[in-house]
Amino acid sequence: MSVMDEYNFAYIDEQTKRMIRRAILKGLAVPGYQVPFASREMPMPYGWGTGGVQVSAAALTPDDRLKVIDQGADDTTNAVSIRKFFERTAGVATTEETSEATIIQTRHRIPEVELTEDQILVYQVPIPEPLRFLEPRETETRKMHSLEEYGLMHVKLYEDISRHGNIATAFAYPVMVNDRYVMDPSPIPKFDNPKMEMAAVQLFGAGREQRIYAVPPWTKVVSLDFEDYPFDPSKADHPCDLCGAEDSYLDEVILDDAGNRMFVCSDTDYCRSRREAGHEGRLAAETMA
Amino acid sequence: MSTAATAALTGGFANPPVDAAHAFRATMDVMARPGEIRQLTQARPPAPLSVAAGTLILTLCDPETGLHLAGAHDTKDVRDWVAFHTGAPIVPAEAATFALGTWKALSPISRFPVGTAEYPDRSATLIVERAELGAAGATLQGPGIRETATLDLPEVAAFAANHRLYPLGLDFFFTAGSRVAALPRSTAVMEG
Ligand SMILES: [Zn+2]
Repeated sequence: MSVMDEYNFAYIDEQTKRMIRRAILKGLAVPGYQVPFASREMPMPYGWGTGGVQVSAAALTPDDRLKVIDQGADDTTNAVSIRKFFERTAGVATTEETSEATIIQTRHRIPEVELTEDQILVYQVPIPEPLRFLEPRETETRKMHSLEEYGLMHVKLYEDISRHGNIATAFAYPVMVNDRYVMDPSPIPKFDNPKMEMAAVQLFGAGREQRIYAVPPWTKVVSLDFEDYPFDPSKADHPCDLCGAEDSYLDEVILDDAGNRMFVCSDTDYCRSRREAGHEGRLAAETMA
Repeated sequence: MSTAATAALTGGFANPPVDAAHAFRATMDVMARPGEIRQLTQARPPAPLSVAAGTLILTLCDPETGLHLAGAHDTKDVRDWVAFHTGAPIVPAEAATFALGTWKALSPISRFPVGTAEYPDRSATLIVERAELGAAGATLQGPGIRETATLDLPEVAAFAANHRLYPLGLDFFFTAGSRVAALPRSTAVMEG
């Protein structure tokens, strides 16, 4: 089957892609502001990244090389099915190597390797509204953003500190974008927040909530904090047990009923490429066997 | 069929989904990186439209987007071409989602919608046709720019005033031949 003969390149019809493209441009012009868009039914359930898929579909060209990650891994059911979807509907090449990809669609991680200006990072977003847990009404949160009324958000973070001695929010840690909009970076670990001031274009798509937002390259992105409690990206205090990396975000893996555990890079491509380059962690020999 | 009517049917995208996809990527690139210049080559619009401006219109306009044609860009040929290829309604400046013309014809730009406090995205995007488009000129600073960038602008004051409206404001494309650059409202503009 020739993909190029199909009218709907990347599954979505041209008029819908135009609407999404216009929303992406307005999102880039007002970084961190959530642009409403008319989300379409996609051939996958909500929660499978339909917002990210629609944004990727609007941004892809047939010349792209797409990488899809789910919590850092290329081989989960979700990542594999999205990759296959675009191979079939857009005829794009795919890759698992971060540095080879021109578009990376992600759920819940930013790759460890620094992205370049020739790359686009598309986030799948479940809940785009950072103020939602403070105020369920959309009309109210929209008003709060318009008035820069972010005091409640700071109060919530400060309550964390008085209760736990630190800010307990570990994922979807809110950021201030370009000194104007408080934005939900999607449920990435706060470890990833400092990477958001990057060379690549970052696009965010929330399908169920019908929002698109964006962060252009080198936009100021500041994790909310307090003078006496500065933001702490909180790196786990171990190297990766497979590749020895000391600078990566780690997943904890339970090994047996005796409670033995190992820590491994959540970014599987990063871990593999380090091992291929000869780096070894504490348990490298055992897991090779 | 008259020659003019036939002309309206030509000059569209040869392969709409693929041409639009490539054109959008260049469009997105320039909006994400104010001051950068890219090529838009896919359309063959009637005079006086540039190839880049015609390509932008085919990429972004449709029956959902009111288009304002300013000054010498408001001709029957242009209207027919826009109608046939996009279906975009031609509207007054006050109702424009997109506007097309020279800087002189588009001015005063205070006529165009700048969005609302709660919906700053409901603002016009202006396509400003230039004789030439060069990198030397005003100094730009803001999102999408690592330190500073430069771009030849028709003036500085109007763009500086537009930036002061942030997060409201207009967004701009500049086109000359097949070249395109952009200036979103987020960019601070200073005399070079
Ligand atoms: Zn590792």
